[in-house]
Amino acid sequence: MSTQHGAEGGLLQIRSLTVSYPHAGAQLDVVRDVDLDVGTGEIVGLVGESGCGKTQLLLALLGLNGARAQRRGSIHYRGRELLGADPASLRQVRGAEIGMVFQDPMTALNPYLTIGQQITEMRRVHRGDGARAAERHAITMLEAVHIADAARQLRRYPHELSGGMRQRAMIAMALSAEPRLLLADEPTTSLDVTVQAQILSLLRELRERTGIAMVLVTHDMGVIAEMADRVAVMYAGGIVEQAGCEQLFSQARHPYTEALHYCVPRLDEPPPPRLTTIGGAPPSPAARPAGCAFEPRCLYRSDICRRRSPALLETTPGHWKACHHDGPLGKLREAAA
Amino acid sequence: MSGASAPLLAVRDLRVSYRVGPGGARLQAVAGVSFELARAETLAIVGESGSGKSSIARALLRLTPADSGAALFAGDDLLQLAGVRLQAMRRRVQLIFQDPTSSLDPRMSIGESVAEPLRVFEPQLGTAQRAARVLAMLQVVGLASEHLTRLPHEFSGGEAQRIAIARALILHPVLLVCDEPLSALDVSIKSQIGNLLKDLQQQMQLSLLFISHDLTAVRFACDRVLVLYLGRVMETASRDALFTEPRHPYTRALLASVPVPDPSAARARRARPPLQGEIPSPLSPPSGCVFRTRCPLAVERCARETPALRAVGDSQVACHRAEELARTDA
Repeated sequence: MSTQHGAEGGLLQIRSLTVSYPHAGAQLDVVRDVDLDVGTGEIVGLVGESGCGKTQLLLALLGLNGARAQRRGSIHYRGRELLGADPASLRQVRGAEIGMVFQDPMTALNPYLTIGQQITEMRRVHRGDGARAAERHAITMLEAVHIADAARQLRRYPHELSGGMRQRAMIAMALSAEPRLLLADEPTTSLDVTVQAQILSLLRELRERTGIAMVLVTHDMGVIAEMADRVAVMYAGGIVEQAGCEQLFSQARHPYTEALHYCVPRLDEPPPPRLTTIGGAPPSPAARPAGCAFEPRCLYRSDICRRRSPALLETTPGHWKACHHDGPLGKLREAAA
Repeated sequence: MSGASAPLLAVRDLRVSYRVGPGGARLQAVAGVSFELARAETLAIVGESGSGKSSIARALLRLTPADSGAALFAGDDLLQLAGVRLQAMRRRVQLIFQDPTSSLDPRMSIGESVAEPLRVFEPQLGTAQRAARVLAMLQVVGLASEHLTRLPHEFSGGEAQRIAIARALILHPVLLVCDEPLSALDVSIKSQIGNLLKDLQQQMQLSLLFISHDLTAVRFACDRVLVLYLGRVMETASRDALFTEPRHPYTRALLASVPVPDPSAARARRARPPLQGEIPSPLSPPSGCVFRTRCPLAVERCARETPALRAVGDSQVACHRAEELARTDA
């Protein structure tokens, strides 16, 4: 496989990562042969629909796919190989080096512990702080995520906070051991749109201030446009296109990226009489087509697409796509117009 | 709009509250909401969680008791119906939920699920007639006869929503209440179901109450929009008036919060700070205008006096400063 040099000052290099689960006597790949780099301080957006493998990819970075999962390939983080690393060193990386924020803070936070107990634990385990120092730090962290009256909020339980406050508390917790990389899985999907805007702005501010890198998983191209420096589009377990954010929006090269782009009408354009659609639905891992996984839904397919799965190739510097179609796109744009 | 003919549904000063905790405190989920829905019209009710939009739907369908108010529907008050007349209403008013898979009985085949309303409301139908109606309805929503014997878990989210739509429409209701019908669907599926709903609305001349927090879906699907905040109407207007000239500061903030899939537009947006804070607890709503605690334009009067919903331009707006804002825009 080719290597990618999109990221200066590489923090994380993922190569040929495959995650599979046994199912009915076979191995089902939920992540297939993924290459992805994350640079220091870079926000990489990972976009795709449910079941495309984006969450499994994040979990693989932390070794959290579960006992039945098989992982192959390599996950290189600051000179260390994480794939196959022993549990003790993985525990050290989780939290201290790589923090994670989940979609639903209510299920990710422990309902029996106060916010303060959960945040200080990070600091005590990973940075060896004493109780007083950890609490002082927790207050600083809550203030950093703009939670007012931080000292009092530390004594509260997750259910006493609003959805937006819980998500802020989870971000504070993920950042309290000062990781270099934050994995955020749909961090704003369960929030209201005005609160989503606040949390996105907070994440951007934290990156500016601390230089933390992020992998941001979302299904929302709007969130990608708001946040990402670079974008990887996933479909059926694999990356089908990868480019700088501006480039991906101005010159999408993969038909699936085009679909993600035009299937959602924009509020800053006149409303269309009909929504642009593509037919079908993403394939399940058990019933993937032999060739390109997107072929059955693709407007540009040809014979070769059914026979051979396209490799992810760099078509122009920094722009990668996995598609046999070489001509221009634009069918959906015309349909939308 | 309603025009000369009487509206299909006229809701007057609807109030819904829930008892919370043993102390008997009451949470006012809907605090005096009025609106009308014309025949074959689609009205969106938008707002964030806790705005009371689902409570309105549940009260109209009599799934939650209303404290007071009226909902005149074809000559009857939906909130007063009982017995046989309530049963008859259920046939004419149908509902689609957000999560299609959990709204279908997991042990019933799709054919049985879609046939069940017919078994209840048209028991005189023979087996063959019923089967023919079910198959015809499934075809209308884009499914086929081979799906009849399958169980809900064999379907994707988009297909399950098609099935839920088929079940809701098989009795030819006049009013369809859709509670976040597209929110659980993936991007490439959402547009398929959005088009299907709009086509069916037009073909069957349905009146739709479209409850959603998704403003892009609302703008596509609806003729008119009602913006709720903490159980009160902030603004109501035709779709085009609302999206091109939002009058209420809350409507403006909502529209400005939707991320635009365009990096250069996103950069421009970052210059404006997002709306601060979150929706207050309905247990202790702010005095005066309920939005004032987050409103960038709030003045002293907003804490004292509840703004009345009144005409400003082509919209109805409940904001003391709406006229002033309209002048600044012009």
